[in-house]
Amino acid sequence: MKFAILVNEGPYTHEAADSAYQFTAAALGAGHEIVRVFFYHDGVNNGTRLSVPPQDDRNISQRWSELGAEHDLELIVCVAAAQRRGLLDADEAKRAGKDSDNIAEGFQISGLGQLIDAGIQADRLLVFGD
Amino acid sequence: MASKRFLYMNRKAPHGSVYALESLEVVLIGAAFEQDVSLAFVDDGVYQLLLNQDTAALGSKNFSPTFKALGDYDISKIYVEAESLEARGLTRDDLMPLTWEDEDDDWAEKDSIHIVSSEALAEIIEQQDVLLNF
Repeated sequence: MKFAILVNEGPYTHEAADSAYQFTAAALGAGHEIVRVFFYHDGVNNGTRLSVPPQDDRNISQRWSELGAEHDLELIVCVAAAQRRGLLDADEAKRAGKDSDNIAEGFQISGLGQLIDAGIQADRLLVFGD
Repeated sequence: MASKRFLYMNRKAPHGSVYALESLEVVLIGAAFEQDVSLAFVDDGVYQLLLNQDTAALGSKNFSPTFKALGDYDISKIYVEAESLEARGLTRDDLMPLTWEDEDDDWAEKDSIHIVSSEALAEIIEQQDVLLNF
């Protein structure tokens, strides 16, 4: 089956961020296709590379990056939600005159159209949120 | 492009968290994709459609006038759950009027808001292809 994933909650705050990852990894492991993972609301913060969790805890953005690299996943962060919350790639940082970017490897910033398109392409769109 | 039935489920109050505002942003972007779009308002989500919202004291953006633009995007199916209204002591008169113009009926202005029972809303949900919960 073709799944699309919407992640609406931030890392380390809400289990939805973990469940989205667990589901995605399990679906891929079972041979399903993930059309796209779309990060919205505080979910965009799953895509920061500047998070420094304690060593005995999971590294949420890093495990997305690793899963993304392994399966060639589209990890898309909503541009409008990301700009509000200070999640920037190099282009966005330059455009906004900021001194740094913070997006993690494998994540891309794009528009909400990618969410609608994911809903159209997938057999099922799963929302992980509050 | 295949056309699917999208339902945006709005469950949270308009202010106090960003969900309502960012849900509306998805609806407006999604309108360009020419899909079959419906909106539903349940639980505290019904407060999103209240008349005369004023956020000056909150210092946040009052985005409620944007709902009036939905008709221009051909979004005419806005469902409000009757039980959620009643539980909050609200009636239709407390909600802002939202309308659309029916091209097939000489551009007659029609109500977009449909107050439906929880049971009827369940049937509407059943008919959808994509359900986005905010």
